[in-house]
Amino acid sequence: MSVILQTDKLRVEYPSRESRQGTKVALNGLDLRVNASEVFGFLGPNGAGKTTTMNVLLGFLPPTSGTASLFGIDVRQPIARQRIGYLPENTYYYKFLTAEELLRFYARIFGLSQTEADQRIEKLIKLVELGHAAKRPIKTYSKGMQQRVGLAQALINNPDLLIFDEPTSGLDPIGRMKVREIIQRLKNEGKTVFFSSHELGEVETVCDRVAIIHQGELKVQGSVAELVAKHQANLEKVFLDIIGYQSQLVS
Amino acid sequence: MNTVWALSGVVIKELYRRKDFYVLLVLTALITIAAGSANFFNDEKIVTHLKDICLLLIWISALVIAIGTAARQIPAEREQRTIFPLLAKPVTRWQVILGKFAGCWLACGLALVVFYAFFVVVSGTREHHWPLLNYFQAMWLQWVMLGVVIALVLFGSIVFSAPSANATICFVVVAGILMIGRHLNKVALQQPEPVQSLVYVVYFLIPHLEWYDVRDLVIYDHGLVPWVDCGLATLYGAVYVLFFLFAGWLAFRRKTLSV
Repeated sequence: MSVILQTDKLRVEYPSRESRQGTKVALNGLDLRVNASEVFGFLGPNGAGKTTTMNVLLGFLPPTSGTASLFGIDVRQPIARQRIGYLPENTYYYKFLTAEELLRFYARIFGLSQTEADQRIEKLIKLVELGHAAKRPIKTYSKGMQQRVGLAQALINNPDLLIFDEPTSGLDPIGRMKVREIIQRLKNEGKTVFFSSHELGEVETVCDRVAIIHQGELKVQGSVAELVAKHQANLEKVFLDIIGYQSQLVS
Repeated sequence: MNTVWALSGVVIKELYRRKDFYVLLVLTALITIAAGSANFFNDEKIVTHLKDICLLLIWISALVIAIGTAARQIPAEREQRTIFPLLAKPVTRWQVILGKFAGCWLACGLALVVFYAFFVVVSGTREHHWPLLNYFQAMWLQWVMLGVVIALVLFGSIVFSAPSANATICFVVVAGILMIGRHLNKVALQQPEPVQSLVYVVYFLIPHLEWYDVRDLVIYDHGLVPWVDCGLATLYGAVYVLFFLFAGWLAFRRKTLSV
């Protein structure tokens, strides 16, 4: 099975604000492998290094050492991002544009022809159910609608790898269900999905494999079924055990 | 180039969906019409004054539009975090800078066309002659100058974190160059060393934006600037544009961005 996303001994250091001396290690020797056509859940508590990993993968942040690649191409090269789609946790789009204009803008960036762009935009607007609002400025949209525009822009180039940063955060149960359905549909189409989430039930439902990081270090990486079988517990319990959480209520 | 044009399209859309441009156009029109309707002291040269006021307003409005638009581009991308989905696409930071520049420059060009169209109507209906080539030359040179200003402001927007600080500094620098740029060499002559050399260095380093100001030729019907000079001024402006954009890219390419 071909590896689509890979990090080798990835290390990221920040100048520490708290202590005058030295640096803070955000990622320490992270080795990740994401195979083609799998849904991969990237888990960890807040501050574990999930977003830092995504920042490196998307070329926003250079690693201190180690390497990261997408489709075998170093992430520092823009061409590595030609076949990916990225959905940020919050909606960061030009709010004065309409959904249709925003999608057309991204379609031009990917070099889609006018006809291709028209077809793709029509299909995506239907997929995310925004037909009634496609010609309205994004600033008039609700949070859920903006998240769906985000999903549509992530899919505009028909990517082979999708990177989602907490795609269901802040959505109502129906919105979450829709996102989950879309991830499932992408999986059925043979796409690779790499996403971070705090919703462990959701991860357990849709993911083939997961990685759990804590304090910048990879704690475990493997298939959901194996992990659950090995620990004889659900993913939430596995997660809490791995990060060493002990409930204070028990004592 | 697709990416650069796509980015510039967004900048143009943003400018024309904001109210700044319309407010400045209406303000320019109102002041010019008000000034034109009054006949101060039965002065026969009222048309000359009218043209002077109108062109001055066009210059101020165009500078406000250029500096205001360029100053907020990259800081707004970072503040509103729209830079992240953008750079998550196969887009380089050089393309972002180039796209922003092209967008601001084209938007200013469109604004200039509207402003000059108004100027042509105002002066033509009063003077009953239409030196369109002179007006075109004045507009072209002003547009080239705005290109230099936009590139300078974009560079400033990467160096300074606050857009308001950048806009103010750039406005002061541009106004300073326009007003005293041409006199700096004379000032240098009156200074002792080493101040004299320092002022000379500044004189030769700054972009001489005042060379693009041919309002007097238009107002007093002094004819055209030789086209060769016009071409050289365009080339001179292009060199400064490239210099500022390159400097901006050098500063931007290493900037750490974190979601």
